[in-house]
Amino acid sequence: MRYAYYTLAFLVVLLVSVMGFRGMKSSRPPIEVFPDMDHQAKYKPQAESKFFADGRADRPIPAGTVPYGRGRGVELEPGHGFDSTTGAFADPAYLRGDDFRYAGKKADGTFARGFPVEVTETLVRRGRNRYMIYCYPCHGALGDGNGITKSYGMLATPSYHDDRIRQMAEGEIFNTITHGKNTMFSYADKLSPDDRWAVVAYVRALQRAHNASIDDVPLAERGGLK
Amino acid sequence: MSKIFPKSANALPLQIVIFLFVLGGVAAAGITYYATPAYLRVGYQPVQPVPFDHSLHAGQLGIDCRYCHASVEKSATSSVPAAQTCMNCHSVIKTTSPLLEVVRESYKTGDPVPWVKIHQAPDYVYFNHSVHVNRGVSCVECHGKVNEMTAVYHAKSHSMSFCLNCHRNPATFIRDPQDVFNLDSKTLAEQGRLADAQKFVHDWKVKPPQSCSGCHR
Repeated sequence: MRYAYYTLAFLVVLLVSVMGFRGMKSSRPPIEVFPDMDHQAKYKPQAESKFFADGRADRPIPAGTVPYGRGRGVELEPGHGFDSTTGAFADPAYLRGDDFRYAGKKADGTFARGFPVEVTETLVRRGRNRYMIYCYPCHGALGDGNGITKSYGMLATPSYHDDRIRQMAEGEIFNTITHGKNTMFSYADKLSPDDRWAVVAYVRALQRAHNASIDDVPLAERGGLK
Repeated sequence: MSKIFPKSANALPLQIVIFLFVLGGVAAAGITYYATPAYLRVGYQPVQPVPFDHSLHAGQLGIDCRYCHASVEKSATSSVPAAQTCMNCHSVIKTTSPLLEVVRESYKTGDPVPWVKIHQAPDYVYFNHSVHVNRGVSCVECHGKVNEMTAVYHAKSHSMSFCLNCHRNPATFIRDPQDVFNLDSKTLAEQGRLADAQKFVHDWKVKPPQSCSGCHR
């Protein structure tokens, strides 16, 4: 009987030495003990497809695609890039028909000044939140262009506090976020149009803060600044 | 007539029964230890086509998780970034690095970088990233300290008991919403603010489902 226990102990030692312990690093794909329905015949986001030539399950949107079927009955304001005389009705937010809000441009194609959305504290806070994710690495927390990437060779990042950018129309800043400029690429995939306006509002706040005078501080707070 | 079995054989049936119990116990322990995700999945660290270093980008440089995984707050999926996201910086920085050749190629052709998926929920599990990160559940709870990983590995088991552990008692795992993407932050409970966490769970109507259909739909 003793030998049975010896054998068992030996098998345990053998098993542990072959299998190792929990949490050990391995580049081998995990073994699935019961793989029932773990991998179903359906596509998940960013998955692979053998059906399409490029191997992607996510299909690129064909050129010229127009969204259809949402927000019927909401007529666009005239002169905002969509001809309502043809009888077409759509939700302007869905079709992005409003040039000011979705391209930062006026009807004549020049960049618009001001904001198409109401500038509230909530909007500026949202702008700060987004800014610290997407803009901060290059433009820096102060908007002076001294982000972390500067020390790695991204030298051309301008400061928001240059006169050129202080005078720039809001619509043009919006357009730069949407399409990029020089070494900056488009951030349209990361910031929705409304988030872009929030970031523009926060950039304006940074510029104002950088050039603030004592008159901008409420009377009650001035004591703490001495 | 001589005896066939020695006297000690009288105890043998009992000894065999005891041995079978021990054997059963050892087998059960072995299966529990080895045939569960805590062993099978944890530690999976595949070789990626680009040796992207999270400890450098997310840790040292302090780039927010959402810079690359941009859809995590509004989508069920936390998206893997397109090559353009890499090129936002790497069109200027380290433009000739051979390690980034795959990324440049992907940016040029539009074919995706063949990243190896590490965290793979079974297809019958419906997990939504946005609902978790928007309710104070940090990335670190399920993915571990990715900001300290040179090469990402599967850090937590993602077994069903792992999910239920939090679903049964969300207040102990919840962070201040502004700490969700700060992987070095502490949960409210760890900060001794369990009452705040319970208030958050109540005010924000955090009601993690414990029924089967909550996740298996």
